[in-house]
Amino acid sequence: MSQKIATREAYGSALAEFGVDSRIVVLDADLSKSTKTDSFKKKYPERFLNMGIAEGNMMAVAAGLASCGKVVFASSFAIFAAERACEQIRNSICYPNLNVKIGASHAGVTLGEDGASHQAIEDMAIMRAIPNMTVISPADAVETRHAVKAAIEHNGPVYLRLGRLAVPTLYDESTYSFELGKGVTLAEGNDVSVIATGYMVHKALEARQMLESEGIKARIIDIHTIKPIDKEIIIKAAKETGAIVTAEEHNVFGGLGSAVSEVIVENCPVPVKILGIKDKFGKSGKPDKLVEMYGLTAADIAARVKEVLKMKK
Amino acid sequence: MDKQEIKALKKQATYIRKHIIDEVYSAASGHPGGSLSCTDILTTLYFKEMRVDTKNPKWEDRDRFVLSKGHCAPALYATLAEKGFFPTEDLTQFRQADSYLEGHPSMTYVPGVDMSTGSLGQGISTAVGMALAGKLDNKDYRVYSILGDGEIQEGQVWEACMAAAHYKLDNLTAFLDYNGLQIDGDIKEVMSPEPVTDKFKAFGWNVILIDAHDYEQIYDAIQQAKTTKGKPTMVIAKSIKGKGVSFMEDQAGWHGTAPNKEQRDQAIAELDAFLAGLEVE
Ligand SMILES: Cc1ncc(C[n+]2csc(CCOP(=O)(O)OP(=O)(O)O)c2C)c(N)n1
Ligand SMILES: [Mg+2]
Repeated sequence: MSQKIATREAYGSALAEFGVDSRIVVLDADLSKSTKTDSFKKKYPERFLNMGIAEGNMMAVAAGLASCGKVVFASSFAIFAAERACEQIRNSICYPNLNVKIGASHAGVTLGEDGASHQAIEDMAIMRAIPNMTVISPADAVETRHAVKAAIEHNGPVYLRLGRLAVPTLYDESTYSFELGKGVTLAEGNDVSVIATGYMVHKALEARQMLESEGIKARIIDIHTIKPIDKEIIIKAAKETGAIVTAEEHNVFGGLGSAVSEVIVENCPVPVKILGIKDKFGKSGKPDKLVEMYGLTAADIAARVKEVLKMKK
Repeated sequence: MDKQEIKALKKQATYIRKHIIDEVYSAASGHPGGSLSCTDILTTLYFKEMRVDTKNPKWEDRDRFVLSKGHCAPALYATLAEKGFFPTEDLTQFRQADSYLEGHPSMTYVPGVDMSTGSLGQGISTAVGMALAGKLDNKDYRVYSILGDGEIQEGQVWEACMAAAHYKLDNLTAFLDYNGLQIDGDIKEVMSPEPVTDKFKAFGWNVILIDAHDYEQIYDAIQQAKTTKGKPTMVIAKSIKGKGVSFMEDQAGWHGTAPNKEQRDQAIAELDAFLAGLEVE
């Protein structure tokens, strides 16, 4: 775990890097310095369009651009992208299956001080429920870069969930390979599996170390694509480890925990514990403090592992 | 308004500006620019016009206020604390994890806040709802709101304006904090909402143009709105973002940036010098 970089930062750099593709048009809603689309704007000002503080309009404009052959990245904070403009995304982007990529930054409580009104904790559930939508929640800068590339190559709507906070870089650019819809086994283990996404992936690795000192060997899986989810890796984990803990910086309803449970109940029932925000709004505060208050630490994951192990047959 | 009264409002506004600086400084985060630009409007509303009861914040006959540009919570919290809704000492707990002073106004946690806001464009709709309730219940309370000039890019603002005129909500007065800046820069470059005066007029509103830092003009506009029948009033208030702190004035960069210790001290020194100047006047 080396350098700390925010996934929104990597998103902006990736847009600038892959922006040579002249089909790409980037839209923002007066947050280009925060979503980091300003990196693209600096390089390709003619293909950057500020739509003002008007997210609903921005999403439908993106649909129109995409219908004319553009690959459109539309960005705002996750709360205003996925939630303010939800119905435009559903009816103008997903229903006609248009090539719009939504770069949604500042997701979750680690957004920090702006507080509850700005902390999207429902976005994965909402985006996941819309047909045709692909949902990606990258864990670090390297994975984000590859996710942007995959989003460009994929034909259809994509929701990219990005964070404000700098997070440890887990992957090595020279060896990392990204496949849309495929999870990554970060560490082997056969006692239990911890399946995590986004911000929680590095916390899961920390939890693994804590558990190892107590003789528990946890398999750690990074699910970057929430939809379509990697059934194979989940079923394999259920069969080989017999117990699962999921971890996400999102409400416990409708996100990764739900997606994993759906696969488990239909294929190979084993005990599952879902770690996330327990159906309550966020609040203002320093991100680290909020991570503790909302039960999103490595110690919280380790505690949940011990609970699920008691249920394991 | 006589000279003494204006001087008292100037003093009051300066205390509020000092709190704004200290709230944002202690949180090391928040929005000083837009808070300072709407301070004089808030001061006139709460210290000269609005019918509120600090002992009974939810009093049903009170005048209502909605900060539609919710990111300027530091200005609203400082005003409410100065008015006596909660202790001014709490203000430096702004945005802390163990505090009730949420980053954006919360009607659940903060006494005196009439509506939770923070997502731009929605506050004005809630103000329309409050004004409609006043009409339905035959109450004589008035509803006030402050909008940002970037905020009016949201289509919902215009839906709200259409509804307010349709239902002849003459109990609703909104202020447009017309400072010319939003996060990404000059509003005319990002997404021009011009011509704003004509637009609000075309939407059926009584429109008044004023200087947002002139207490007499603010007060007169409020009185004019009260005597205007059958229409809501939009007060287009030309303002200076960052007003009162020299290095923050008219700078987009101070939209959502907290001052460091040195900058905080300089801002407070400037505001204290202004207060001292009022004393010798
Ligand atoms: C719906 C929504 N989109 C985006 C934001 C992020 N945001 C906060 S303040 C701001 C700029 C507001 O500019 P303006 O209305 O002119 O406010 P002021 O200059 O008075 O501070 C933006 C885009 C938000 N709070 N709500
Ligand atoms: Mg403005």
